[in-house]
Amino acid sequence: MNANIFKFEIRMKLKSALIWSIAVVAVSLIYLGLYPSLAQEADLFDQALANFPPQFLQAFGMQNLNMSTIMGFYSFVFLFIQVLLAIQASMYGFGLVSVEEAEFTADFLLSKPVTRTQVLTSKFLAALIALTVTNAAVWASSLVFLEMFDAGRGYDRHAAILLLSSIVIFQIFFLTAGAAISLLLKRVRSVTPYAMGLAFGMYLLGAFSGMLGDVKLELITPFKHFDPNAIIQNNAWNFSLVAISIAVIVIAIVISYWRYLHRDIPAVA
Amino acid sequence: MSIIETRQLTKYYGKARGIIDVSLRVEEGEVFGFIGPNGAGKSTTIRLLLGLIFPTRGEARIFGKDAIKDGPEIRKDIGYLPSEVFYYEGMKVIDLLKYSASFYPGDHRQRMHELADIMELDLNRRIEDLSYGNKKKVGIVQGLLHSPKLLLLDEPTLGLDPLMQRKFFDLIRQENARGVTVFFSSHILGEVQRLCSRVGIIKDGRIIEISDIRTLQQNNYKRIYVAANAIPAGYFDLPGVTNLEEVNGGVRFFFKGDIDAIVEKLSALDLLDVTIEEPTLEEIFMHYYE
Repeated sequence: MNANIFKFEIRMKLKSALIWSIAVVAVSLIYLGLYPSLAQEADLFDQALANFPPQFLQAFGMQNLNMSTIMGFYSFVFLFIQVLLAIQASMYGFGLVSVEEAEFTADFLLSKPVTRTQVLTSKFLAALIALTVTNAAVWASSLVFLEMFDAGRGYDRHAAILLLSSIVIFQIFFLTAGAAISLLLKRVRSVTPYAMGLAFGMYLLGAFSGMLGDVKLELITPFKHFDPNAIIQNNAWNFSLVAISIAVIVIAIVISYWRYLHRDIPAVA
Repeated sequence: MSIIETRQLTKYYGKARGIIDVSLRVEEGEVFGFIGPNGAGKSTTIRLLLGLIFPTRGEARIFGKDAIKDGPEIRKDIGYLPSEVFYYEGMKVIDLLKYSASFYPGDHRQRMHELADIMELDLNRRIEDLSYGNKKKVGIVQGLLHSPKLLLLDEPTLGLDPLMQRKFFDLIRQENARGVTVFFSSHILGEVQRLCSRVGIIKDGRIIEISDIRTLQQNNYKRIYVAANAIPAGYFDLPGVTNLEEVNGGVRFFFKGDIDAIVEKLSALDLLDVTIEEPTLEEIFMHYYE
Protein backbone atom coordinates (compact mmCIF):
# COMPACT_ATOMS: atom_id res chain seq x y z
CA MET A 1 0.00 0.00 0.00
CA ASN A 2 1.24 3.45 -0.87
CA ALA A 3 -0.69 6.38 0.60
CA ASN A 4 0.14 8.71 -2.32
CA ILE A 5 -1.20 6.37 -4.95
CA PHE A 6 -4.18 5.47 -2.81
CA LYS A 7 -5.20 9.10 -2.33
CA PHE A 8 -4.60 9.88 -5.98
CA GLU A 9 -6.69 6.92 -7.14
CA ILE A 10 -9.55 7.82 -4.81
CA ARG A 11 -9.60 11.34 -6.18
CA MET A 12 -9.65 10.00 -9.73
CA LYS A 13 -12.57 7.69 -8.99
CA LEU A 14 -14.69 9.76 -6.64
CA LYS A 15 -16.67 11.53 -9.34
CA SER A 16 -17.43 8.29 -11.13
CA ALA A 17 -18.49 6.65 -7.86
CA LEU A 18 -20.88 9.52 -7.15
CA ILE A 19 -22.41 9.32 -10.62
CA TRP A 20 -22.97 5.58 -10.24
CA SER A 21 -24.47 6.22 -6.82
CA ILE A 22 -26.91 8.73 -8.28
CA ALA A 23 -27.82 6.19 -10.96
CA VAL A 24 -28.61 3.39 -8.51
CA VAL A 25 -30.53 5.74 -6.23
CA ALA A 26 -32.55 7.01 -9.19
CA VAL A 27 -33.33 3.49 -10.36
CA SER A 28 -34.43 2.47 -6.85
CA LEU A 29 -36.56 5.58 -6.50
CA ILE A 30 -38.28 5.22 -9.86
CA TYR A 31 -39.07 1.53 -9.44
CA LEU A 32 -39.85 1.35 -5.73
CA GLY A 33 -41.86 4.56 -6.05
CA LEU A 34 -44.17 2.66 -8.37
CA TYR A 35 -45.01 0.10 -5.74
CA PRO A 36 -47.81 1.90 -3.84
CA SER A 37 -49.87 2.20 -7.02
CA LEU A 38 -48.98 -1.33 -8.12
CA ALA A 39 -49.87 -2.71 -4.69
CA GLN A 40 -53.52 -1.86 -5.19
CA GLU A 41 -53.57 -4.04 -8.28
CA ALA A 42 -51.24 -6.71 -6.88
CA ASP A 43 -53.67 -9.56 -7.51
CA LEU A 44 -54.27 -8.56 -11.09
CA PHE A 45 -50.55 -8.16 -11.57
CA ASP A 46 -49.76 -11.59 -10.18
CA GLN A 47 -52.38 -13.12 -12.44
CA ALA A 48 -51.04 -11.36 -15.49
CA LEU A 49 -47.53 -12.55 -14.70
CA ALA A 50 -48.74 -16.10 -14.34
CA ASN A 51 -49.64 -16.03 -18.02
CA PHE A 52 -46.07 -15.34 -19.12
CA PRO A 53 -43.84 -18.30 -20.03
CA PRO A 54 -41.76 -19.22 -16.96
CA GLN A 55 -38.46 -18.88 -18.90
CA PHE A 56 -39.31 -15.29 -19.68
CA LEU A 57 -40.06 -14.54 -16.06
CA GLN A 58 -36.86 -16.19 -14.94
CA ALA A 59 -34.79 -14.13 -17.36
CA PHE A 60 -35.99 -10.97 -15.73
CA GLY A 61 -35.93 -12.28 -12.20
CA MET A 62 -39.69 -12.31 -12.02
CA GLN A 63 -40.38 -15.97 -11.33
CA ASN A 64 -42.13 -16.26 -7.97
CA LEU A 65 -42.61 -12.54 -8.07
CA ASN A 66 -44.94 -11.90 -5.23
CA MET A 67 -46.43 -8.46 -5.42
CA SER A 68 -48.38 -8.67 -2.18
CA THR A 69 -45.51 -7.03 -0.27
CA ILE A 70 -42.82 -4.66 -1.46
CA MET A 71 -40.12 -7.29 -0.86
CA GLY A 72 -41.34 -9.37 -3.77
CA PHE A 73 -41.13 -6.38 -6.00
CA TYR A 74 -37.79 -5.38 -4.48
CA SER A 75 -36.16 -8.66 -5.52
CA PHE A 76 -36.88 -7.69 -9.12
CA VAL A 77 -35.59 -4.14 -8.62
CA PHE A 78 -32.51 -5.46 -6.84
CA LEU A 79 -31.57 -7.54 -9.87
CA PHE A 80 -31.57 -4.35 -11.86
CA ILE A 81 -29.33 -2.70 -9.28
CA GLN A 82 -27.04 -5.72 -9.39
CA VAL A 83 -26.58 -5.27 -13.14
CA LEU A 84 -25.55 -1.65 -12.60
CA LEU A 85 -23.18 -2.58 -9.78
CA ALA A 86 -21.67 -5.33 -11.90
CA ILE A 87 -20.95 -2.90 -14.74
CA GLN A 88 -19.40 -0.36 -12.38
CA ALA A 89 -17.20 -2.91 -10.61
CA SER A 90 -16.12 -4.47 -13.92
CA MET A 91 -15.21 -1.06 -15.29
CA TYR A 92 -13.00 -0.43 -12.27
CA GLY A 93 -11.53 -3.91 -12.53
CA PHE A 94 -10.70 -3.80 -16.21
CA GLY A 95 -9.43 -0.24 -15.91
CA LEU A 96 -7.40 -0.82 -12.75
CA VAL A 97 -4.05 -1.00 -14.51
CA SER A 98 -5.01 -1.07 -18.18
CA VAL A 99 -6.05 2.59 -18.34
CA GLU A 100 -2.57 3.67 -17.25
CA GLU A 101 -1.04 1.34 -19.78
CA ALA A 102 -3.30 2.46 -22.62
CA GLU A 103 -2.62 6.10 -21.83
CA PHE A 104 1.06 5.43 -21.12
CA THR A 105 1.02 7.00 -17.68
CA ALA A 106 2.24 3.67 -16.26
CA ASP A 107 5.79 4.73 -17.10
CA PHE A 108 5.41 7.75 -14.88
CA LEU A 109 4.04 5.78 -11.96
CA LEU A 110 6.34 2.77 -12.12
CA SER A 111 9.52 4.81 -12.50
CA LYS A 112 8.79 6.11 -9.00
CA PRO A 113 10.30 4.37 -5.97
CA VAL A 114 7.36 2.02 -5.47
CA THR A 115 6.91 -1.73 -5.75
CA ARG A 116 4.41 -3.29 -8.12
CA THR A 117 2.67 -4.81 -5.11
CA GLN A 118 2.21 -1.37 -3.56
CA VAL A 119 0.81 -0.03 -6.82
CA LEU A 120 -1.69 -2.84 -7.29
CA THR A 121 -2.77 -2.95 -3.64
CA SER A 122 -3.30 0.82 -3.52
CA LYS A 123 -5.33 0.68 -6.70
CA PHE A 124 -7.42 -2.25 -5.49
CA LEU A 125 -8.17 -0.58 -2.16
CA ALA A 126 -9.01 2.76 -3.76
CA ALA A 127 -11.39 1.04 -6.20
CA LEU A 128 -12.94 -0.81 -3.27
CA ILE A 129 -13.52 2.47 -1.45
CA ALA A 130 -15.15 3.96 -4.54
CA LEU A 131 -17.38 0.89 -4.85
CA THR A 132 -18.24 1.19 -1.17
CA VAL A 133 -19.49 4.72 -1.74
CA THR A 134 -21.97 3.33 -4.26
CA ASN A 135 -22.71 0.39 -1.96
CA ALA A 136 -23.57 2.81 0.83
CA ALA A 137 -25.85 4.71 -1.53
CA VAL A 138 -27.71 1.48 -2.32
CA TRP A 139 -28.06 0.65 1.38
CA ALA A 140 -29.33 4.07 2.33
CA SER A 141 -31.68 4.51 -0.60
CA SER A 142 -33.08 0.98 -0.38
CA LEU A 143 -33.82 1.18 3.33
CA VAL A 144 -35.39 4.63 2.99
CA PHE A 145 -37.47 3.77 -0.07
CA LEU A 146 -38.62 0.41 1.30
CA GLU A 147 -39.87 2.28 4.35
CA MET A 148 -41.47 5.03 2.30
CA PHE A 149 -43.16 2.97 -0.37
CA ASP A 150 -44.23 -0.18 1.47
CA ALA A 151 -47.86 0.85 0.94
CA GLY A 152 -48.47 0.43 4.66
CA ARG A 153 -47.86 -3.32 4.45
CA GLY A 154 -44.44 -3.33 6.09
CA TYR A 155 -41.37 -5.17 4.73
CA ASP A 156 -39.02 -7.90 5.84
CA ARG A 157 -36.06 -5.97 7.13
CA HIS A 158 -33.96 -9.07 7.75
CA ALA A 159 -34.29 -10.18 4.14
CA ALA A 160 -33.49 -6.68 2.92
CA ILE A 161 -30.32 -6.58 5.00
CA LEU A 162 -29.30 -10.04 3.80
CA LEU A 163 -29.67 -8.80 0.25
CA LEU A 164 -27.80 -5.55 0.85
CA SER A 165 -24.99 -7.37 2.65
CA SER A 166 -24.34 -9.42 -0.47
CA ILE A 167 -23.34 -6.33 -2.45
CA VAL A 168 -19.79 -6.10 -1.14
CA ILE A 169 -18.83 -9.63 -2.24
CA PHE A 170 -20.71 -9.14 -5.49
CA GLN A 171 -18.71 -5.99 -6.23
CA ILE A 172 -15.37 -7.53 -5.29
CA PHE A 173 -16.14 -10.45 -7.61
CA PHE A 174 -16.44 -8.18 -10.64
CA LEU A 175 -13.59 -5.91 -9.56
CA THR A 176 -11.08 -8.73 -9.14
CA ALA A 177 -12.32 -10.80 -12.08
CA GLY A 178 -12.09 -7.75 -14.35
CA ALA A 179 -8.58 -6.97 -13.11
CA ALA A 180 -7.43 -10.58 -13.54
CA ILE A 181 -8.80 -10.85 -17.08
CA SER A 182 -7.29 -7.50 -18.07
CA LEU A 183 -3.92 -8.69 -16.77
CA LEU A 184 -4.16 -11.95 -18.69
CA LEU A 185 -4.58 -9.91 -21.85
CA LYS A 186 -1.67 -8.20 -23.49
CA ARG A 187 -3.45 -4.91 -23.89
CA VAL A 188 -6.92 -3.56 -23.15
CA ARG A 189 -7.50 -0.63 -25.45
CA SER A 190 -10.95 0.28 -24.23
CA VAL A 191 -12.41 -0.75 -20.90
CA THR A 192 -16.14 -0.38 -21.61
CA PRO A 193 -16.69 -3.28 -24.04
CA TYR A 194 -14.86 -5.70 -21.77
CA ALA A 195 -16.70 -4.51 -18.68
CA MET A 196 -20.07 -4.73 -20.44
CA GLY A 197 -19.17 -8.16 -21.72
CA LEU A 198 -18.29 -9.48 -18.28
CA ALA A 199 -21.27 -7.89 -16.49
CA PHE A 200 -23.93 -8.80 -19.07
CA GLY A 201 -22.31 -12.16 -19.77
CA MET A 202 -22.63 -13.08 -16.12
CA TYR A 203 -26.15 -11.70 -15.98
CA LEU A 204 -27.21 -13.74 -19.01
CA LEU A 205 -25.62 -16.89 -17.61
CA GLY A 206 -27.74 -16.44 -14.53
CA ALA A 207 -30.87 -15.38 -16.34
CA PHE A 208 -30.91 -18.09 -18.97
CA SER A 209 -29.34 -20.85 -16.94
CA GLY A 210 -32.62 -22.74 -16.79
CA MET A 211 -33.09 -22.53 -20.53
CA LEU A 212 -29.69 -23.84 -21.46
CA GLY A 213 -30.53 -27.05 -19.67
CA ASP A 214 -26.93 -27.32 -18.56
CA VAL A 215 -26.96 -26.45 -14.89
CA LYS A 216 -23.19 -26.29 -14.51
CA LEU A 217 -22.59 -22.99 -16.31
CA GLU A 218 -24.69 -20.88 -14.00
CA LEU A 219 -22.55 -21.91 -11.05
CA ILE A 220 -19.86 -19.38 -11.92
CA THR A 221 -22.06 -16.31 -11.96
CA PRO A 222 -22.59 -14.17 -8.87
CA PHE A 223 -26.02 -13.33 -10.25
CA LYS A 224 -26.83 -16.92 -9.25
CA HIS A 225 -24.76 -16.90 -6.06
CA PHE A 226 -26.67 -13.85 -4.88
CA ASP A 227 -29.99 -14.43 -6.65
CA PRO A 228 -32.23 -11.84 -4.94
CA ASN A 229 -35.32 -13.93 -5.49
CA ALA A 230 -33.81 -16.94 -3.76
CA ILE A 231 -32.38 -14.89 -0.89
CA ILE A 232 -35.74 -13.29 -0.17
CA GLN A 233 -37.65 -16.55 -0.50
CA ASN A 234 -35.28 -18.49 1.75
CA ASN A 235 -34.49 -15.55 3.97
CA ALA A 236 -30.88 -16.80 3.85
CA TRP A 237 -27.81 -16.96 1.64
CA ASN A 238 -26.91 -20.15 -0.11
CA PHE A 239 -23.47 -20.50 1.43
CA SER A 240 -22.20 -23.16 -0.93
CA LEU A 241 -22.86 -20.81 -3.85
CA VAL A 242 -21.33 -17.86 -1.99
CA ALA A 243 -18.24 -19.99 -1.44
CA ILE A 244 -17.82 -20.21 -5.23
CA SER A 245 -17.85 -16.41 -5.47
CA ILE A 246 -15.21 -16.20 -2.78
CA ALA A 247 -13.11 -18.88 -4.45
CA VAL A 248 -13.23 -16.97 -7.76
CA ILE A 249 -12.20 -13.78 -5.94
CA VAL A 250 -9.21 -15.48 -4.34
CA ILE A 251 -8.10 -16.97 -7.65
CA ALA A 252 -8.58 -13.64 -9.43
CA ILE A 253 -6.47 -11.83 -6.82
CA VAL A 254 -3.69 -14.40 -7.09
CA ILE A 255 -3.71 -14.15 -10.89
CA SER A 256 -3.74 -10.34 -10.76
CA TYR A 257 -0.70 -10.05 -8.48
CA TRP A 258 1.20 -12.82 -10.19
CA ARG A 259 0.67 -11.31 -13.63
CA TYR A 260 1.28 -7.71 -12.57
CA LEU A 261 4.48 -8.49 -10.74
CA HIS A 262 5.91 -10.07 -13.88
CA ARG A 263 4.38 -7.76 -16.41
CA ASP A 264 6.26 -5.88 -19.12
CA ILE A 265 4.76 -2.42 -19.24
CA PRO A 266 3.98 -1.73 -22.89
CA ALA A 267 5.80 1.20 -24.47
CA VAL A 268 4.58 3.62 -27.09
CA ALA A 269 4.28 2.20 -30.64
CA MET B 1 31.61 0.85 -8.26
CA SER B 2 29.93 1.75 -11.54
CA ILE B 3 26.68 3.70 -11.42
CA ILE B 4 25.24 1.55 -14.20
CA GLU B 5 26.53 -1.86 -15.09
CA THR B 6 24.80 -4.28 -17.41
CA ARG B 7 25.97 -7.79 -18.21
CA GLN B 8 24.72 -9.58 -21.30
CA LEU B 9 21.47 -7.75 -20.82
CA THR B 10 19.02 -9.24 -23.29
CA LYS B 11 15.38 -8.61 -23.97
CA TYR B 12 13.06 -10.33 -26.41
CA TYR B 13 9.42 -9.32 -26.76
CA GLY B 14 8.10 -12.74 -27.62
CA LYS B 15 10.19 -13.42 -30.71
CA ALA B 16 10.82 -9.79 -31.52
CA ARG B 17 14.31 -8.58 -30.74
CA GLY B 18 14.68 -5.86 -28.14
CA ILE B 19 18.36 -5.87 -27.20
CA ILE B 20 20.95 -8.63 -27.23
CA ASP B 21 23.92 -9.05 -24.89
CA VAL B 22 24.25 -5.41 -23.97
CA SER B 23 27.15 -5.02 -21.57
CA LEU B 24 28.16 -1.56 -20.53
CA ARG B 25 29.38 0.46 -17.58
CA VAL B 26 28.68 4.05 -16.74
CA GLU B 27 30.89 5.57 -14.08
CA GLU B 28 29.99 8.13 -11.48
CA GLY B 29 29.83 11.71 -12.73
CA GLU B 30 29.92 10.70 -16.36
CA VAL B 31 27.66 11.88 -19.18
CA PHE B 32 27.21 8.77 -21.26
CA GLY B 33 25.72 9.07 -24.72
CA PHE B 34 23.72 6.16 -26.05
CA ILE B 35 23.40 6.45 -29.79
CA GLY B 36 21.45 4.53 -32.32
CA PRO B 37 18.67 4.96 -34.83
CA ASN B 38 15.04 4.45 -33.90
CA GLY B 39 14.29 0.84 -33.08
CA ALA B 40 17.90 -0.03 -32.21
CA GLY B 41 17.01 -0.76 -28.58
CA LYS B 42 17.74 2.49 -26.73
CA SER B 43 14.37 2.76 -25.02
CA THR B 44 14.36 -0.97 -24.27
CA THR B 45 17.67 -0.58 -22.43
CA ILE B 46 16.42 2.36 -20.39
CA ARG B 47 13.14 0.63 -19.55
CA LEU B 48 15.08 -2.40 -18.37
CA LEU B 49 17.17 -0.18 -16.09
CA LEU B 50 13.96 1.22 -14.62
CA GLY B 51 12.35 -2.18 -14.11
CA LEU B 52 9.44 -1.28 -16.37
CA ILE B 53 10.19 -4.44 -18.32
CA PHE B 54 12.00 -7.59 -17.28
CA PRO B 55 15.16 -8.96 -18.92
CA THR B 56 15.01 -12.22 -20.86
CA ARG B 57 18.51 -12.90 -19.56
CA GLY B 58 21.49 -11.05 -18.21
CA GLU B 59 21.35 -8.46 -15.49
CA ALA B 60 21.49 -4.76 -14.82
CA ARG B 61 22.94 -3.19 -11.70
CA ILE B 62 22.49 0.41 -10.68
CA PHE B 63 24.37 1.94 -7.75
CA GLY B 64 25.67 -1.62 -7.35
CA LYS B 65 22.19 -3.01 -6.74
CA ASP B 66 19.98 -5.25 -8.80
CA ALA B 67 17.70 -3.25 -11.08
CA ILE B 68 14.74 -5.58 -10.55
CA LYS B 69 15.08 -6.80 -6.97
CA ASP B 70 16.14 -3.47 -5.51
CA GLY B 71 14.18 -1.43 -8.02
CA PRO B 72 12.12 0.67 -5.62
CA GLU B 73 15.18 1.66 -3.60
CA ILE B 74 17.23 2.45 -6.70
CA ARG B 75 14.48 4.56 -8.21
CA LYS B 76 14.60 6.99 -5.27
CA ASP B 77 17.74 8.38 -6.85
CA ILE B 78 16.79 8.16 -10.50
CA GLY B 79 15.26 10.89 -12.62
CA TYR B 80 13.66 9.60 -15.79
CA LEU B 81 12.61 11.55 -18.83
CA PRO B 82 10.84 9.36 -21.40
CA SER B 83 11.04 10.07 -25.10
CA GLU B 84 7.30 10.54 -25.31
CA VAL B 85 5.67 12.11 -22.27
CA PHE B 86 2.20 11.11 -21.17
CA TYR B 87 0.54 12.42 -18.05
CA TYR B 88 -2.89 12.30 -16.46
CA GLU B 89 -4.78 14.59 -18.79
CA GLY B 90 -7.28 16.05 -16.36
CA MET B 91 -4.64 17.29 -13.93
CA LYS B 92 -3.04 20.66 -13.54
CA VAL B 93 0.71 20.82 -14.03
CA ILE B 94 1.28 21.85 -10.42
CA ASP B 95 -0.77 18.90 -9.10
CA LEU B 96 1.07 16.44 -11.29
CA LEU B 97 4.42 17.79 -10.12
CA LYS B 98 3.33 17.64 -6.49
CA TYR B 99 2.14 14.09 -7.00
CA SER B 100 5.49 13.24 -8.53
CA ALA B 101 7.38 14.91 -5.68
CA SER B 102 5.29 13.12 -3.06
CA PHE B 103 7.07 9.86 -3.87
CA TYR B 104 10.45 11.18 -2.79
CA PRO B 105 11.33 11.95 0.80
CA GLY B 106 11.98 15.62 1.56
CA ASP B 107 10.55 18.91 0.40
CA HIS B 108 11.07 19.61 -3.28
CA ARG B 109 8.84 22.63 -3.78
CA GLN B 110 11.64 25.14 -4.11
CA ARG B 111 13.52 23.12 -6.68
CA MET B 112 10.26 22.54 -8.55
CA HIS B 113 9.58 26.27 -8.88
CA GLU B 114 13.20 26.93 -9.83
CA LEU B 115 13.06 24.39 -12.62
CA ALA B 116 9.67 25.62 -13.83
CA ASP B 117 11.06 29.15 -14.02
CA ILE B 118 14.09 28.05 -15.97
CA MET B 119 11.99 26.06 -18.42
CA GLU B 120 9.34 28.81 -18.56
CA LEU B 121 6.60 26.38 -17.59
CA ASP B 122 3.20 27.69 -16.51
CA LEU B 123 2.24 25.58 -13.50
CA ASN B 124 -1.44 26.45 -13.49
CA ARG B 125 -2.37 25.02 -16.86
CA ARG B 126 -4.07 21.73 -17.47
CA ILE B 127 -1.96 18.95 -18.92
CA GLU B 128 -4.51 18.34 -21.68
CA ASP B 129 -4.15 21.95 -22.87
CA LEU B 130 -0.38 21.77 -23.22
CA SER B 131 1.47 21.53 -26.52
CA TYR B 132 3.86 18.65 -26.99
CA GLY B 133 6.87 20.84 -26.22
CA ASN B 134 5.26 22.07 -23.01
CA LYS B 135 4.46 18.52 -21.91
CA LYS B 136 8.10 17.75 -22.48
CA LYS B 137 8.98 20.59 -20.11
CA VAL B 138 6.71 19.05 -17.49
CA GLY B 139 8.69 15.86 -18.03
CA ILE B 140 11.98 17.66 -17.49
CA VAL B 141 10.81 19.32 -14.28
CA GLN B 142 9.33 16.12 -12.85
CA GLY B 143 12.48 14.20 -13.79
CA LEU B 144 14.76 16.66 -12.01
CA LEU B 145 12.78 18.02 -9.09
CA HIS B 146 13.90 15.44 -6.55
CA SER B 147 17.60 16.06 -7.30
CA PRO B 148 18.36 12.52 -8.45
CA LYS B 149 21.87 11.06 -8.57
CA LEU B 150 21.30 9.42 -11.93
CA LEU B 151 19.42 10.84 -14.88
CA LEU B 152 18.04 8.53 -17.54
CA LEU B 153 17.16 10.67 -20.51
CA ASP B 154 15.49 9.01 -23.46
CA GLU B 155 15.63 11.29 -26.52
CA PRO B 156 15.14 14.25 -24.18
CA THR B 157 15.23 17.03 -26.74
CA LEU B 158 12.50 15.63 -28.98
CA GLY B 159 9.85 18.34 -29.30
CA LEU B 160 11.85 21.14 -27.62
CA ASP B 161 12.59 24.26 -29.61
CA PRO B 162 16.29 25.22 -29.99
CA LEU B 163 16.13 27.85 -27.26
CA MET B 164 14.69 25.37 -24.77
CA GLN B 165 17.14 22.73 -25.90
CA ARG B 166 19.95 25.04 -24.96
CA LYS B 167 18.42 25.76 -21.55
CA PHE B 168 17.92 22.06 -21.07
CA PHE B 169 21.55 21.32 -21.91
CA ASP B 170 22.67 24.00 -19.48
CA LEU B 171 20.55 22.36 -16.81
CA ILE B 172 22.03 18.96 -17.52
CA ARG B 173 25.55 20.42 -17.40
CA GLN B 174 24.80 22.04 -14.04
CA GLU B 175 23.42 18.78 -12.70
CA ASN B 176 26.47 16.96 -13.99
CA ALA B 177 28.77 19.53 -12.39
CA ARG B 178 27.10 18.68 -9.08
CA GLY B 179 28.13 15.09 -9.61
CA VAL B 180 25.00 13.70 -11.24
CA THR B 181 25.59 10.84 -13.64
CA VAL B 182 23.73 11.13 -16.92
CA PHE B 183 22.69 8.40 -19.34
CA PHE B 184 21.57 10.17 -22.47
CA SER B 185 20.04 8.37 -25.40
CA SER B 186 19.67 10.04 -28.74
CA HIS B 187 19.72 9.53 -32.45
CA ILE B 188 20.94 13.08 -32.98
CA LEU B 189 24.68 12.97 -32.78
CA GLY B 190 25.30 16.67 -32.62
CA GLU B 191 23.70 16.93 -29.20
CA VAL B 192 25.54 13.90 -27.88
CA GLN B 193 28.77 15.41 -29.09
CA ARG B 194 28.02 18.64 -27.22
CA LEU B 195 27.27 16.95 -23.94
CA CYS B 196 28.77 13.52 -23.55
CA SER B 197 32.19 12.31 -22.59
CA ARG B 198 31.70 8.72 -23.68
CA VAL B 199 29.34 7.08 -26.11
CA GLY B 200 27.95 3.67 -26.76
CA ILE B 201 26.67 2.92 -30.21
CA ILE B 202 23.84 0.45 -30.52
CA LYS B 203 22.71 -1.17 -33.75
CA ASP B 204 20.00 -3.78 -34.19
CA GLY B 205 19.96 -4.38 -30.45
CA ARG B 206 23.69 -4.94 -30.07
CA ILE B 207 26.40 -2.62 -28.80
CA ILE B 208 28.86 -2.17 -31.63
CA GLU B 209 31.20 0.32 -30.02
CA ILE B 210 31.80 1.95 -26.68
CA SER B 211 34.42 4.62 -26.55
CA ASP B 212 35.52 8.01 -25.50
CA ILE B 213 34.17 10.69 -27.80
CA ARG B 214 37.69 12.01 -28.34
CA THR B 215 39.10 8.60 -29.14
CA LEU B 216 36.24 7.93 -31.45
CA GLN B 217 37.00 11.06 -33.36
CA GLN B 218 40.80 10.88 -33.21
CA ASN B 219 41.49 7.23 -33.78
CA ASN B 220 39.14 7.19 -36.59
CA TYR B 221 39.11 9.03 -39.77
CA LYS B 222 40.53 12.38 -40.73
CA ARG B 223 38.61 14.39 -43.19
CA ILE B 224 41.03 15.90 -45.64
CA TYR B 225 40.49 18.52 -48.28
CA VAL B 226 43.26 19.39 -50.68
CA ALA B 227 43.40 21.99 -53.42
CA ALA B 228 46.54 21.95 -55.52
CA ASN B 229 47.85 22.70 -58.99
CA ALA B 230 47.42 19.51 -60.94
CA ILE B 231 46.72 16.50 -58.78
CA PRO B 232 47.66 13.46 -60.87
CA ALA B 233 44.86 10.98 -61.38
CA GLY B 234 45.06 8.19 -58.82
CA TYR B 235 47.52 10.20 -56.71
CA PHE B 236 45.70 9.33 -53.49
CA ASP B 237 45.26 5.65 -54.25
CA LEU B 238 46.63 4.66 -50.86
CA PRO B 239 45.52 2.18 -48.25
CA GLY B 240 43.28 4.02 -45.76
CA VAL B 241 41.84 6.50 -48.23
CA THR B 242 38.11 6.29 -48.74
CA ASN B 243 35.20 8.26 -50.10
CA LEU B 244 37.40 10.23 -52.48
CA GLU B 245 35.54 12.88 -54.41
CA GLU B 246 36.46 15.87 -56.49
CA VAL B 247 35.09 19.21 -55.38
CA ASN B 248 35.68 22.68 -56.82
CA GLY B 249 39.18 22.20 -58.04
CA GLY B 250 40.31 19.98 -55.18
CA VAL B 251 39.69 16.60 -53.70
CA ARG B 252 38.06 15.55 -50.47
CA PHE B 253 38.50 12.17 -48.79
CA PHE B 254 38.62 10.33 -45.51
CA PHE B 255 41.89 8.94 -44.32
CA LYS B 256 42.66 6.43 -41.63
CA GLY B 257 46.22 5.31 -41.09
CA ASP B 258 49.72 6.73 -40.68
CA ILE B 259 49.30 10.49 -40.61
CA ASP B 260 52.97 11.01 -41.49
CA ALA B 261 52.59 9.14 -44.77
CA ILE B 262 49.68 11.24 -45.90
CA VAL B 263 51.36 14.51 -44.95
CA GLU B 264 54.42 13.51 -46.93
CA LYS B 265 52.23 12.76 -49.86
CA LEU B 266 50.50 16.11 -49.50
CA SER B 267 53.70 18.09 -49.24
CA ALA B 268 54.92 16.71 -52.54
CA LEU B 269 52.09 18.58 -54.22
CA ASP B 270 51.99 22.22 -55.21
CA LEU B 271 49.40 23.04 -52.58
CA LEU B 272 46.89 25.87 -52.74
CA ASP B 273 44.88 24.93 -49.71
CA VAL B 274 44.58 22.07 -47.29
CA THR B 275 42.36 21.24 -44.32
CA ILE B 276 42.66 18.23 -42.09
CA GLU B 277 39.70 17.87 -39.75
CA GLU B 278 38.23 15.43 -37.36
CA PRO B 279 35.09 14.00 -38.81
CA THR B 280 31.80 14.82 -37.13
CA LEU B 281 30.21 12.11 -35.10
CA GLU B 282 27.60 11.88 -37.82
CA GLU B 283 30.21 10.80 -40.30
CA ILE B 284 31.69 8.24 -37.94
CA PHE B 285 28.27 7.03 -37.18
CA MET B 286 27.34 6.59 -40.82
CA HIS B 287 30.42 4.46 -41.17
CA TYR B 288 29.11 2.10 -38.48
CA TYR B 289 25.78 1.87 -40.15
CA GLU B 290 27.02 1.24 -43.69
